[in-house]
Amino acid sequence: MQTFFVILILAFGFLITFQIAKTSEYVAVLRGEEKARKQTNRINAFLLLIFLIAGLIGVYYCNERLKGKILGEAASIQGEKIDTMLYITLAVTGIVFFITQILLFWFAFKYQESDQRKAYYFPHNNKLEIIWTVIPAIALTALVGFGIYYWFKITGDAPQDAMQVEVTGSQFKWEFRYPGKDGIFGKKYYKQIDPEKNNPLGQLWDDPYNRDDIVINEMHIVVNKPVKLIIGSKDVIHDVGLAQFRMKMDAVPGTPTTMWFTPKYTTRQMIEKSGDPDFVYELSCDQLCGKGHYSMRGVVIVETQEEFDRWLISKQPQYMAAHPAQAPQKTQPADTTKRVAANMNK
Amino acid sequence: MSNDSNLHGKPEIVTGHEVHHDEHHVHHHKETFITKYVFSQDHKTIGKQFLITGIAWAIIGGLFSVLFRLQLGFPDQTFPILETFFGRYAKGGQIQPEFYYALITMHGTVLVFFVLTAGLSGTFANLLIPLQCGARDMASPFLNMLSYWFFFMASVVMVSSLFVSTGPASGGWTSYPPLSALGDANQGSKIGTDLWLIAMALFVVSSLLGGLNYISTILNMRTKGMSMTRLPLTIWALFFTAILGVLSFPVLLSGFILLLFDRNLGTSFYLSDIFVSQTGQALPNEGGSAILYQHLFWFLGHPEVYIIILPSMGIVSEVLAVNSRKPIFGYMAMVGSLFAITILAFLVWAHHMFVTGLNPFLGSIFVLLTLLIAVPSAIKVFNWLTTLWRGNIRFTPATLFSIGFVSLFISGGLTGVFLGNSTIDIHLHDTKFIVAHFHIVMGVASFFGMFAGVYHWFPKMFGRYLNSTLGFIHFWVTMAGAYLIFWPMHYEGLAGVPRRYLDLSGWHNFNKFGELNKMITVVSIIVFAVQLMFIFNFFYSIFKGRKVRHQNPWGANTLEWTTPIRPGHGNWTGEIPEVHRWAYDYGKDGREFIPQTEPIGKGEGHH
Repeated sequence: MQTFFVILILAFGFLITFQIAKTSEYVAVLRGEEKARKQTNRINAFLLLIFLIAGLIGVYYCNERLKGKILGEAASIQGEKIDTMLYITLAVTGIVFFITQILLFWFAFKYQESDQRKAYYFPHNNKLEIIWTVIPAIALTALVGFGIYYWFKITGDAPQDAMQVEVTGSQFKWEFRYPGKDGIFGKKYYKQIDPEKNNPLGQLWDDPYNRDDIVINEMHIVVNKPVKLIIGSKDVIHDVGLAQFRMKMDAVPGTPTTMWFTPKYTTRQMIEKSGDPDFVYELSCDQLCGKGHYSMRGVVIVETQEEFDRWLISKQPQYMAAHPAQAPQKTQPADTTKRVAANMNK
Repeated sequence: MSNDSNLHGKPEIVTGHEVHHDEHHVHHHKETFITKYVFSQDHKTIGKQFLITGIAWAIIGGLFSVLFRLQLGFPDQTFPILETFFGRYAKGGQIQPEFYYALITMHGTVLVFFVLTAGLSGTFANLLIPLQCGARDMASPFLNMLSYWFFFMASVVMVSSLFVSTGPASGGWTSYPPLSALGDANQGSKIGTDLWLIAMALFVVSSLLGGLNYISTILNMRTKGMSMTRLPLTIWALFFTAILGVLSFPVLLSGFILLLFDRNLGTSFYLSDIFVSQTGQALPNEGGSAILYQHLFWFLGHPEVYIIILPSMGIVSEVLAVNSRKPIFGYMAMVGSLFAITILAFLVWAHHMFVTGLNPFLGSIFVLLTLLIAVPSAIKVFNWLTTLWRGNIRFTPATLFSIGFVSLFISGGLTGVFLGNSTIDIHLHDTKFIVAHFHIVMGVASFFGMFAGVYHWFPKMFGRYLNSTLGFIHFWVTMAGAYLIFWPMHYEGLAGVPRRYLDLSGWHNFNKFGELNKMITVVSIIVFAVQLMFIFNFFYSIFKGRKVRHQNPWGANTLEWTTPIRPGHGNWTGEIPEVHRWAYDYGKDGREFIPQTEPIGKGEGHH
């Protein structure tokens, strides 16, 4: 019923607008088209000026309302560089924005049609054109220079002592693998993936490096210690988005990618800094991956080395989950033969 | 002479060129309703067909955006009326995720390709190229007709995809595989995506037929005296647009065909190492590269945004010069910057792929080339500003939309400087910031150029005026609405809110823009309603609008205003006029305007 009334009111409003528009056309004809045209010309010129002023106030108001809601300080050392670059660009483009918008609307208002003025025949001027080719070129060269400098710093090789975490996306969850005590990830092959047999990542159990690898659904990293993420996907393209750290990298099936950064604050420090007791670092999927894309969330916990070690030691390697309560070497061949036999029967 | 044989003009039209005009080379074909309005080979009618089909698509694409904005603005509310219309897609009056993703996919596809490519280039290239070059029709009117009908077939297939039981394509307008290749991973990637790909293939054929025609007409069929440097900027812009399309659409087509193979024939161009959790099965495909598709897609995808914006730039240049009563400032710089943009458009595609794991060195090259494109863009803006400076501006709805275009192009262009810089792109990639950026600079700005063109050339198309009071309301509401919708959206992006999220309530750091999203939704509904008003104005004015009584209502120099008020097929009743000067002699030597057909007077100043 409510919808019906809204539609009725809209239709009615439209009808009135249309009638007024129609009448104004007739009135214009009666009053002399030229005169009516000049009047609307003045109204529109005035409105352009109003739009400029209202727009500038709007820009200020919008900033006041929303500046507190955009993310605060970057939580990684690399993120700081990105923020610096963002502010440099904001300053340069901001100046250009205000100058050109003000000129545009001011010229439109100032040079509205008038009987007193004749348009100035001004087809070109080489000097002016060179000036406004060179100035943007210089400004952009500077921005490219800064940008590429930071880009190489951020995308360069991770430091040798960086800890490594493997991140795997799949519809619609994140899984993390830690290399365990040996510091080396075991091999995996996607055809071995079998969540029911506790092998969600397709680890090859005959690779000894896999024995101590830990698979978990929450990422823990150490404050002030560079971390290198080795990113992959099981099904479609996902994207590891870490807004607070200002980092992002696609997760592509078949093509592992990497990204590294150095977190600056522990989760607890961020809770204190932001005054928000529920604060948590979030990992968002930033590449459309299907119907659950908007809910593909991961949690990142930044903690001290001690806390991290304590946490890691409490976790059981995935190998144990896949081979419950057995001496590992014994069951492995038996399982394989059984499966081969099953396959042969098919 | 070349186009004579293709004409089926009215008996009173003399179709011979100047050489043969004494022979009375007249065709006495009978025009039926079918040949005049349906399978017409008249470029003007084909232009109108593109425009009206484009309008139909714009209503559909716009309506989709209103639907998904309802979800974004009011995620907790239910709208039973949606269930009435969309059934299980809006169970309980709430838009389901699959439906949401189908809506955004179709919204993007429809507006980018069917409205702002076919509806914009198709309309104005067809209408203006022969009229402003001084030709009786396109180089091949028959191919031109086929171009429209391929577009129509593409439309039929695309519409049919909306009604299949598994729903239309829902992998985003870019349709990245593997998501778009695996029906098991995504409902919309079943038959819906096959139909999407077929429709797009037909669309590519249409745009190639059109583009080749536009290029050959501009190069070969200009009237006597119309050297390339005397062409209006609209023609230059449409010329470069056609070149971009002809060189890049085939690459897209190849990408789509490989995707069709991967989907249906078991090839592995894009697929490798995939385990689909829905079926619990690992796929046999190995060795493909999902990123290859992105290269093929963006090799068109980036030129595509210039295919969309260049015609608007041309229209705006023309409309601003005519209504400032001043020559366009820096004509050669305008042509040069169009050329530079065209070249650079082919060299920047990988800036869409900074975070795909692309080699950082390669990324840095693309940063340089991307930001380089800002230089010709800046030249264009400064030249438009100088065109307004010391003019004597008449604010027709077309002028207002042109000024609006410049304003939006500045705002959206500047945010492009953020995104083109890979360092900042790491943070802003795939957030609402990019959504705001391309909607302002490519979406709304191009629409403004299109509106300017419709208001300006409506008298030429239909011999009547659009109601200008409705035109002013249309402009002011759309202009204010565009900024209200997209300006604050940048802040969401700065906060890291990813695009294509239909509900933020599960996110601690993103769930703080409820009020803002509500405001955006309300404004977008109002703006959509005003577009419907424009469409009403459009169709009403075709039949009932004020009649044009003057051959040259805007006092413009270009050739289309030397044709009769309602030109028949063949455009000019007598010989095609000869051209003696460039298109922009406004306010020269104390005269308000000097048409291109007027010979250079003795002692006349040189521009």
